[in-house]
Amino acid sequence: MSEAREYKYIGRRTIRPDGFDKVTGRANYGADLSLPGMIWGKILRSPYAHAVIKSIDSSKAEAHPDVMAVVTYQDYPAVSSGGFEPGDGPTDLCDLARNILADDKALYHGHAIAAIAARTEAAAEEALSLIDIDYEVLPPVMDVADAMQPGSPVLHEDLFTKGLAEQPEKASNIATRMELKKGDIEAGFAAAEVIIERDFYTPTVHQGYIEPHATTVRYDEDGQSMIWCSTQGHFDVRASTAKLLSMDLGKLKVIASEIGGGFGGKTTVYLEPVALMLSKKSGRPVKMVMTRDEVFRASGPGSATRSTVKIGAKKDGTITAMQAKLCFEAGAFKGSPMGPGCMTVFTPYDVENIYIEGYDVVVNKPKVAAYRAPGAPQAEFAAEMVINELADELNIDPIELRLQNAAKEGTQTVYGPKLKAVGLVECLEAAKNSPHYKQALAENQGRGLAAGFWFNIGGQSSVIINMNPDGTGTIVEGNPDIGGSRASMQLMAAEELGIDVSKLNPIVADTEHVPYSATTGGSRTTFATGMAVIEAAQDVVRQMKERAAAVWNVTVEQVDWSDGVAINTAGEDRLTAAEICQGADRTGGQISGRGNINARGAGPSFAVHLCDVEVDMETGKTAVVRYTAIQDAGKAIHPGYVEGQYQGGAVQGIGWALNEEYIYNEDGVMENAGFLDYRIPLASDLPMIDTIIVEVPNAFHPFGVRGVGETGIVPPLAAVATAVSDAIGVRMTNLPCSPPRVLKAIQDTA
Amino acid sequence: MTKTHVTTTINGEVTEFLCEPGATLLAVLRNELQLTGTKEGCGTGDCGACSVTLNGRLVCSCLVLGVEAEGAEIGTVEGIGGIDKLHIIQEKFLEHAALQCGICTPGLIVSTKALLAENPEPTEKEARYYLAGNLCRCTGYDKIIRAVMDSAEAMRGDA
Amino acid sequence: MVSVVYEAPASVQDAVALLSGAEITATVLAGGTDLIIQMQGLVNESRLLVDLKKIPAMMEATLDAEGLQLGPCMSCAELTSREDIKSVYPGLIEAAYLIGSTQIQGRASVGGNLCNSSPAADTVPALIVNNAQCVIVGPSGERSIQVEDFATGVGQNCLEKGELLSLIRIPLPAANTSDAYLRFIPRTEMDIAVAGAAVSITLDDDGICTAARVSIGAVAPTVLVVAKAAEVLLGTKVDVQALQAVAEAASKASSPITDRRGTDEYRRHVVGVLAKRAAAIAAERVRGIQS
Repeated sequence: MSEAREYKYIGRRTIRPDGFDKVTGRANYGADLSLPGMIWGKILRSPYAHAVIKSIDSSKAEAHPDVMAVVTYQDYPAVSSGGFEPGDGPTDLCDLARNILADDKALYHGHAIAAIAARTEAAAEEALSLIDIDYEVLPPVMDVADAMQPGSPVLHEDLFTKGLAEQPEKASNIATRMELKKGDIEAGFAAAEVIIERDFYTPTVHQGYIEPHATTVRYDEDGQSMIWCSTQGHFDVRASTAKLLSMDLGKLKVIASEIGGGFGGKTTVYLEPVALMLSKKSGRPVKMVMTRDEVFRASGPGSATRSTVKIGAKKDGTITAMQAKLCFEAGAFKGSPMGPGCMTVFTPYDVENIYIEGYDVVVNKPKVAAYRAPGAPQAEFAAEMVINELADELNIDPIELRLQNAAKEGTQTVYGPKLKAVGLVECLEAAKNSPHYKQALAENQGRGLAAGFWFNIGGQSSVIINMNPDGTGTIVEGNPDIGGSRASMQLMAAEELGIDVSKLNPIVADTEHVPYSATTGGSRTTFATGMAVIEAAQDVVRQMKERAAAVWNVTVEQVDWSDGVAINTAGEDRLTAAEICQGADRTGGQISGRGNINARGAGPSFAVHLCDVEVDMETGKTAVVRYTAIQDAGKAIHPGYVEGQYQGGAVQGIGWALNEEYIYNEDGVMENAGFLDYRIPLASDLPMIDTIIVEVPNAFHPFGVRGVGETGIVPPLAAVATAVSDAIGVRMTNLPCSPPRVLKAIQDTA
Repeated sequence: MTKTHVTTTINGEVTEFLCEPGATLLAVLRNELQLTGTKEGCGTGDCGACSVTLNGRLVCSCLVLGVEAEGAEIGTVEGIGGIDKLHIIQEKFLEHAALQCGICTPGLIVSTKALLAENPEPTEKEARYYLAGNLCRCTGYDKIIRAVMDSAEAMRGDA
Repeated sequence: MVSVVYEAPASVQDAVALLSGAEITATVLAGGTDLIIQMQGLVNESRLLVDLKKIPAMMEATLDAEGLQLGPCMSCAELTSREDIKSVYPGLIEAAYLIGSTQIQGRASVGGNLCNSSPAADTVPALIVNNAQCVIVGPSGERSIQVEDFATGVGQNCLEKGELLSLIRIPLPAANTSDAYLRFIPRTEMDIAVAGAAVSITLDDDGICTAARVSIGAVAPTVLVVAKAAEVLLGTKVDVQALQAVAEAASKASSPITDRRGTDEYRRHVVGVLAKRAAAIAAERVRGIQS
């Protein structure tokens, strides 16, 4: 940024505009809407992880007096395989259709097979047992390593590996092989004096949002169908559902309810196209709410991975070569975040010779969805663990080793662009100077440090600012607010307009009332939608100045705008925003600003986390005793919610590192599909999570904003696992570091 | 299925409803009485989003039957704070940015109120353990605990 | 979903009449924290639920010279707030405090914990080391049974049709006696015990152990009494060697399974650690009384 701008609103810890409704229970979430005449939908799910569906007989269910509709895959118009970008990334429409309701094969335990709508929730559930299905059970494939073996059972007979030199003749479970390289990897290792190579495993994990997927829909043959749902991207719910039901976009209105957490898991559709088809067949509004069990078994978790990382360095700490093989489970359909995993794995380092290969592999688990910085936590976990081992091996402080090799402005990334100004070095310096890093450890304690990188994205955002006749403004945006973004929009609009936050009301509009806006994800909202807010506000200011110029009979150039007031530089005249809006009827009608953009230049955000743990050496149980999250925000619009993102990401990462994992039995059935045994962190498990906001401005954003939502989950896996390793004296390479695994590591070395 | 007539008091108001004897209090609150401030996150007592008080005791309404409300006093989030004035706990949650998505917030407000009624001066550890049954996936609990401790101090100051 | 008939009788006699006269499956409803979840899995079934919480005697606890007479349905939240009871049976109150969250404790009861008959029930080992007795009332009258004989398998117990648990009797501990309960869970709260151990210890004036009871949970189909682990404490000052022997005896007595909460190997090891630590705490408590 050129000169430091003095901000009046940005950087203030304002009360969020949607806060009152949320602390009083008035805010309406996905399951909170009921409509007159509404009936309930329920889904019959596969009891097998892998099976051919030979026949479905729903006649008994249809004869049930309370049942009003039954839907299977066969009820939908045929779709053809092909690229389609509804949400967080490209989706194969055919896969999407077959995930919502299985076609001829059930591909995971819990895979939706049929749906019923009935007068009551209980009747719908009861009638599920009346559907007869003839299955031919097949052996399941539950691990990426097994799935890649030549003799493994194959999930899809039409899946041929992409990215190989030659088109394979046989179908396999490997959807894609990808390669990224830079420099000469062999020369890099030849130049190394120390080489470390390790294998790593991370389990299937869930985003664990507290609100289950929920929707209420009404199909209308003649006019406008409506979907109310909890989603990160209602425009993408519209796109996916309209495609699957073969509808015009303009005939489907999607209203985003308040959303009870998503973390990437609400960027696709599960219930909505099913509910709408049930509504179409029954002629009634339909409500569907997943149980927690269904959320675990049949929404999109985060990929399990197996990876190998090899790093070579000189004795002085110069890293000469970095190599990785990253195998990602996609679940039942292709499309894991293997790509971003490969692109992020070594990006915190400025190293000449890099070679990365990635595999996207299908297994008999639910199709994965995005989970906060998708792909990066798993990949960077492996890299950071080896970096920490290298630091020990070289007897160099892990911060110094990172500083010596840190990515910075001008670093050539392995995936394309050179980095602009980034804040990794600043984060490392902040860690080094933190009181945490200087504190001594007690007995049975260990310390871990790790860096993390995530790109952040921009994309399409649309905002309208409608000025009201009393000078207040309504900020109409199209991005579901998942963590307080309305407060940021309000602050940015206030800053640009010079109108107090209390006079500006941000709302998340449905798909009819604001143009297309891409999904809330990729840490894009405060950056991209924020830019649209700024553009819309500038549009409002321009119009205000025009109106004032017309009143004063001067040129627009003679009008200044300061603090929400138009100033006639040719005289003494002043007109406040409220006065201009009040007189708008006499100067050309009401004032409304627009900002419909496709934002470029999202600034990457780097982070460094520090973690201290204490291990009970007799039980292997780990407690996090101190934690500090340091991250570059570019510019923190609302510091309270920026810190909240750091803390939330850190704690999700702590859960991933210590206890969270999908546990399957030998038949491929998940055994811990509930919050009792899928153990996310509790208030009593944690210390305060200290934060340090580093601000290295992003040159492409008017206020310097970088997205902050995702990077925070990247460092904790390695920071925690390194701390545990430090405490017990054994390197933990498999997650989670659950008590039995840690105890075994202790006992094996004793 | 025959429905049972239940007379109860919710947030100080005498309330009557009909419910199937197997229906949970949570389902009754949300679906029969449209008191949707009480949320469902799991249905198995593991997340605390449905926290209410039953005769003054903090419980998960997903693990109480609607018929058990007969003659009881129920307290939900809708009974905390008025239109013109929020409860101190609600104000502190907003001040400290102790919510992100907000789905766990009603349960946490109800639980925090119960905590501070039982223990007006909790230590951080006591607060963390008392609230262990209220899962929050967004905040990492830091700001929630700050809001709770600050509420406790403010409420003691008020008394 | 299940079709429910709900009754809330005002007396034990009425409850017994309802349970014994039921034509559909009849179940006692105490705190409901296990039962309501179990009912979610049922389809096309009918249940008679007999809610015992309207019977005053089921909800009370009296501590006198005889010991503790505990109404089986009193909530753990109420029980753990009773300082008088806590001072006499600290281990039992610890166990009741460990059941689930604050919300769960608002409903869950010691009687429910017993009748659900899970081997992982936290209060059962603590009841056993305190020589607690179950009073059972049924159509043919009243009978008593020691807590360790109550459960007969995972989720199974000795209650016959029409019978209910009407009282839990816990004798006053002998002089210079105290107890402790510890369980292992992966987190700090909310989880079901991976293993649990309760120990009661009596020390003479020289600090020598003259009596002990050790009970372990979640490591066999029912909660176990480990006589061998108690035996190795007798005549010792509950020193490091004795504690190590307790750990070994507890581990040896266990026959755990591997499931989503832990491996058999891990449980066998950890139950020994817990027994050892619980014994040390109980002994320390006695020394506290003595000094």
